[in-house]
Amino acid sequence: MATQQTLDALQQAFPGAAVSEFRGQTRVVVPRQSIFQALQFLRHEQGYDLLVDITCVDYLNYRDATDRFGLVYLLTAIDANERITLRTFLNEPDLTVPSAVPLWSGADWMEREVYDMFGIRFEGHPDLRRILLPEEFTAHPLRKDYPLQGRGERHNFPVLTRAEA
Amino acid sequence: MAVADLPENVVVSRLDALASWCRKNSLWPMPFATACCGIELMATGASKHDISRFGAEVFRFSPRQCDLMIVAGRVVMKMLPVLQRTWMQMNEPKWCISMGACASTGGVFDTYCVVQGIDRFIPVDMYVPGCPPRPEQLIQGIIDLQDKIQGEGTIFGKEFKTSERNQPKRALLELPIVDPPLGTQNR
Repeated sequence: MATQQTLDALQQAFPGAAVSEFRGQTRVVVPRQSIFQALQFLRHEQGYDLLVDITCVDYLNYRDATDRFGLVYLLTAIDANERITLRTFLNEPDLTVPSAVPLWSGADWMEREVYDMFGIRFEGHPDLRRILLPEEFTAHPLRKDYPLQGRGERHNFPVLTRAEA
Repeated sequence: MAVADLPENVVVSRLDALASWCRKNSLWPMPFATACCGIELMATGASKHDISRFGAEVFRFSPRQCDLMIVAGRVVMKMLPVLQRTWMQMNEPKWCISMGACASTGGVFDTYCVVQGIDRFIPVDMYVPGCPPRPEQLIQGIIDLQDKIQGEGTIFGKEFKTSERNQPKRALLELPIVDPPLGTQNR
């Protein structure tokens, strides 16, 4: 978990940040407008030098949820051996956040995966293409309103018979 | 010339049967191994189970050097165009074994991206059930495919004589179900 010193500094710099703790894991929720500044603050001033993962949660039809998407950044300070979870919430139709690629080059493929699966757009990303699904795929399949068995994407292929191939 | 006039060192056969006999004993598998079935496929090729006893030990990783594609594992929709291109690159005559539950039906992976059986999109000659199948089961599939090639194959190799399909499997003829041992019937 993060030290109290870090959390105090973070709350002083970002008064809107909500800090909570669950089973030894520190979670900080910041507004969407200040997510990049919060990442930059943790990266450059608090020693959180490793971006472990960027992922997303769709809270559609979730009990007591007020926002649609929760974007999650997992950070680690290697020297201090501390971890922190940074979260922000997004709602349609404005699903854009600043890209974290200027801070961590490794955010490139993580943000492409989040874009691929959830359709979150990262402004300033150098190459925001699909990373796992084919280019011609039209949906974002990890959204809760996407059917589990798809919309027929897995059936739209030519059928090869023995006579013709 | 009547058949009775032939010398003893001449054998008469049908051209279809002769070509099929040559082909069935030298299958060249193309391992299209995408999942855990591929591990069993490797075990089948290794010395313990020894697929070379059936003339099919020469695995080639180029489709142009193969005539038997063994699809071992699930195929996702991004992989299916690759599978179809690989199939089209293989020279005729060619055959396809769908190995395992995933390749045959999609298995438990009934999601948006997993193809629910490769036989929807490419021709399949033999299905091997199992999750994953044991090497013995794959070898049985190869034996059955050899019987199919021998029984139904044509010289052109492109189509099968499906009218001759109603043969019982060789395993059922050679390994008849034995009677229960004496004294066990009345239990």
